[in-house]
Amino acid sequence: MRVEPAAVEASGWGWRHATRKDFALRAVDFAIRPGERVLLLGASGAGKSTLMAGLAGVLGGDEEGEQEGSLTIDGVDAREARGRVGLVLQDPDSQIILERLGDDAAFGCENLNVPREEIWQRVRESLDLVGLDALDLRRSTRHLSGGQRQRLALAGVLAMKPGLLLLDEPTANLDPAGVQEVHDAVREVIETTGQTMVVVEHHIDVWLDLVDRVIVLGRPDADSLSGGVIADGTPDEVFASMGDVLAEGGAWVPGRAIPNYRPGTRSVTASGDAEAALADGNKESLSAGDRSAGDRSADDAKAVAAEAAGRPVLSCHNLSFGRGTALGTGIDLDFHAGEVTALMGPNGAGKSTFALTLAGLLQPIDGQVLVAEELAPSPNRREPVHWKSRELLGRIGMVFQEPEHQFAANFVRDEVSIGPKSMGQSQDEAYRTADRMLERMNLTRFAKANPYTLSGGEKRRLSVASMLAAAPRILVMDEPTFGQDFRTWTEMVRLIAAIRDHGSCVIMVTHDEALVDALGARRVMFQERSEA
Amino acid sequence: MSESVSIRVTGTGHGKQHGPASDAAVKPAVSDVVTVSAQDTREDPLKPASPSWFVAKVNPVSRIIGALLLCIPMFFSLDLVSATTALGIEFVLLWIGGVTPWTVCRRTWPVWIAALGSFISVFLYAKVSGRILWSVGWIVISEGSFPLALATAIRVAAIAVPGVILALGLDPTDLADGLVEILHFSPRFVYGGLAGMRMFTLLQDDWRALGLSQRSRGLGDGNAISRALSQAFGLLVLSIRRATKLATAMEARGFGSDAPRSQARISQLKAVDWLFYAICLSVPLISLGVAIATGHWRLAFTGGA
Repeated sequence: MRVEPAAVEASGWGWRHATRKDFALRAVDFAIRPGERVLLLGASGAGKSTLMAGLAGVLGGDEEGEQEGSLTIDGVDAREARGRVGLVLQDPDSQIILERLGDDAAFGCENLNVPREEIWQRVRESLDLVGLDALDLRRSTRHLSGGQRQRLALAGVLAMKPGLLLLDEPTANLDPAGVQEVHDAVREVIETTGQTMVVVEHHIDVWLDLVDRVIVLGRPDADSLSGGVIADGTPDEVFASMGDVLAEGGAWVPGRAIPNYRPGTRSVTASGDAEAALADGNKESLSAGDRSAGDRSADDAKAVAAEAAGRPVLSCHNLSFGRGTALGTGIDLDFHAGEVTALMGPNGAGKSTFALTLAGLLQPIDGQVLVAEELAPSPNRREPVHWKSRELLGRIGMVFQEPEHQFAANFVRDEVSIGPKSMGQSQDEAYRTADRMLERMNLTRFAKANPYTLSGGEKRRLSVASMLAAAPRILVMDEPTFGQDFRTWTEMVRLIAAIRDHGSCVIMVTHDEALVDALGARRVMFQERSEA
Repeated sequence: MSESVSIRVTGTGHGKQHGPASDAAVKPAVSDVVTVSAQDTREDPLKPASPSWFVAKVNPVSRIIGALLLCIPMFFSLDLVSATTALGIEFVLLWIGGVTPWTVCRRTWPVWIAALGSFISVFLYAKVSGRILWSVGWIVISEGSFPLALATAIRVAAIAVPGVILALGLDPTDLADGLVEILHFSPRFVYGGLAGMRMFTLLQDDWRALGLSQRSRGLGDGNAISRALSQAFGLLVLSIRRATKLATAMEARGFGSDAPRSQARISQLKAVDWLFYAICLSVPLISLGVAIATGHWRLAFTGGA
């Protein structure tokens, strides 16, 4: 299957969303020759996704925003170039449109009015290219893995035979095996079709072997026409001259050293004042809480004592967990203060369910999750799942995988003050705690914004901030670094290290080897029982 | 790299013993293994389009038309004979079509509850006909109560049972194809709705996660109604966001323009569909005919006794 590769040209292009005052990006100039494979980089907020949507012609008409300059595919305005461009997006859940695999792959062709026999021929070819040819066309799309879903989305796009293939962080939500699957499928596709390709991705190394050009977008300035393209060239050129700028902007530049925040490397942690601020924040946030500061330091002392005695702050005994049916049975694990534990393993193995069970949110199917006596509301009530919701505050916090699942207030500042307020602080005190948290998380300027309007990285930081405001002794995090750029990632690592060094117990579900390595975390691997 | 010691945690299980952490710097990072049940990687068995081999051959659109043909005439009569005859014929036809009476009853249990409900209400509150046997307040039981109640209950079953059985296993995608190709509904409307319906599963997960997160944020103790309200608001916001993403994905695949669109799947009426219509129409005709012939027929809405 070969397609005619498309030429892309942007000249002085810019876009302002109708609801925003400033342009998302402007003064973008570049010309991509047919068949070129481009990696598009830029700090978060530089408008990469907007540019991709613009190229795909899905930004909408005049009522959705204002365009300046021009953006063309083979000389045709991108908004009119229907079918010449195929876009694969980040979220595997929202790209599957129809119930049956074959129907889903055929959907784009139908919309382009491709004759029926040709549709099915193209569908088979496309599924073959992305390595899904072994699956029945009638198979339900419901139970595909993340990697399979993204490959199906790719096949659906491919069947439209677009001259330009756009990939907007197609692997950000996948586990390492899924990333590899999608990468290999894309390689197969572009080598066969010769399409022009533009890919956006923070993790540069994933795509480095497939791209021959790198374009870097700068953050637009509200008052001037600066911004636009700040670097453009071969990967070697761009990384040599722009490596630091890119890293500063959040890209995962190849060969960049991962910071070391392993236990005992306090000199490093001290460099961020996060730790001091955290200690400070915890003390103050509880000063007017339901327990006095005195009690709290007594608690701290006890927790330290428990740790010194080698006793875990959280442990599971003969635990079976799952929703309805048990995913794992007979699990005994201990978690200690001042320790980071990484729960790792393939997607769908049940790590998140396990994490929710540890956090006292899901009833164990059998066995127990027990919190150290010192930390329990009373010595005989050590099972967090039986606690009141408020009793979890300050004891066990859960940061959800999807930050939006956690938002409960209309303003960022209120969002963060929910925890302290529920713990008995007055409105003013709770706001003070919140403001400190926001400052630390670099979110102060969004205090009055609605949580839902933040960018992905900002939402993630907010969800962590609002959990930390309640100063939990045990913090459970589900994929804290999912889809984060390097800068947010580094902040997150530093923060987790600070929480750990403050004596809290951190349990995180993650696929992120670099994160586990940087923190020197204990690894708990989830493995599927091999079928006999 | 951290050194790793593998400890398999299994059935009988034993806790890993941490030594006293005398020196934090050399605390080893130990790797444990949690064994979980294998994810179901088998091919999902393809679900039949209907429990009946015959209905499965019929176009989904015909199944809806057939259900209407079956039930609409039944609304015009109110006697025991026509209802019973219809229900009897339906059971026999379904049996021939491959659905045993027992399966029919099992799959349509809500219908029988509804039928019982209508029986009780008609029995207790129906218009008086004949001698009054017993009455307390609004409740009046007369001689006519029992036959009328029974006729109503059986009629409810006769109308709803085939409808439910015909709907079982109905594939939404096939129905959408039929609506577009046979009834010429707008593809934008039909496929847009179809894609939206698939999001319900995602929204169920969202709802659950929202509830858990409220608990973890200390907001889970208040009264259940206000909690459900704020959870519902969260769900509304999430569903709008999901819908927006889905719309973008669909638009990126060329959906939603006014340009002509082809269909990957053929949906058309065949001889079997016309046969099916004839069968569906014959059921009420025969049963009404029997009722008229035996002199039991009573037109609904006239209220005459």
